Amino acid sequence: MSAEYDITEQLDVKGASCPMPVVKTKSAIDDLGKDEILEVIATDAGSMSDIDGWASGTDGVELVEQEEGDGVYRHYVRKTE
Amino acid sequence: MSTDTPDATAEDVPSRAELAARVEELEQSLAEATDEDDEKKMSIIATKGTLDMAYPPLILASTAAAFGYDVTVFHTFWGLDILHEERSKNLKLSSVGNPNMPVPNAVAAIPGMDRVTTKMMEKKIADNDTATIEELFETSLDMGVEFQACQMTIELMGYDEDDFYDGVTTGVGAATALQDMADADIQLLV
Repeated sequence: MSAEYDITEQLDVKGASCPMPVVKTKSAIDDLGKDEILEVIATDAGSMSDIDGWASGTDGVELVEQEEGDGVYRHYVRKTE
Repeated sequence: MSTDTPDATAEDVPSRAELAARVEELEQSLAEATDEDDEKKMSIIATKGTLDMAYPPLILASTAAAFGYDVTVFHTFWGLDILHEERSKNLKLSSVGNPNMPVPNAVAAIPGMDRVTTKMMEKKIADNDTATIEELFETSLDMGVEFQACQMTIELMGYDEDDFYDGVTTGVGAATALQDMADADIQLLV
């Protein structure tokens, strides 16, 4: 886990497959405040591309970082507005 | 010696006030045009009611809602079954006419084979932790997706308006769907 930023909330979507990681990320980010960061933990390999695509196509969110290891994909999303 | 360019006379030159008014007018239309672009819309027409074909409209609807799209799914013909409280729980996978199925068509046509292939598919869905149709429908509804049930086909299929899940809009027709499609950035027929 990166120490460069504080994680406000964690969302565990391990086991869930498309489209649930993106859909649940959207719902979780809605509950956060500006500049807060959500950590999404997924096992869906497609989530690397999907969450990246969702973050670029959606206003008010920014993908800070993505990590991959041991079949687990971690995504760090900041709410920007 | 060209005569194309007429001499600019005092009357042809717009006044400062006229130019300012024109700039203001253009800025306003630009603002309006930009405002409209902010609201992204997607319109899907769902016509199929088999287990496999129920997925694409619901997956795309929930994903588009996550992207901030205003989504409408217009269900017609067998697509109505996805919104039907009882029938949506029994969507079947057809084993006939699909060369990717593990059984040849001659076997697939045997009575009861659809039930077998549907069970196989349902097991795969469960094993793979793929969301169920009901789960995707509920999630989409929570995210503000509008589900519409075509009135003409409700009657044609012998369904009742009360057969559908709460939150489904009935009493709509092709003109409503067409208007939605005309306003949408993305239009899909599934």
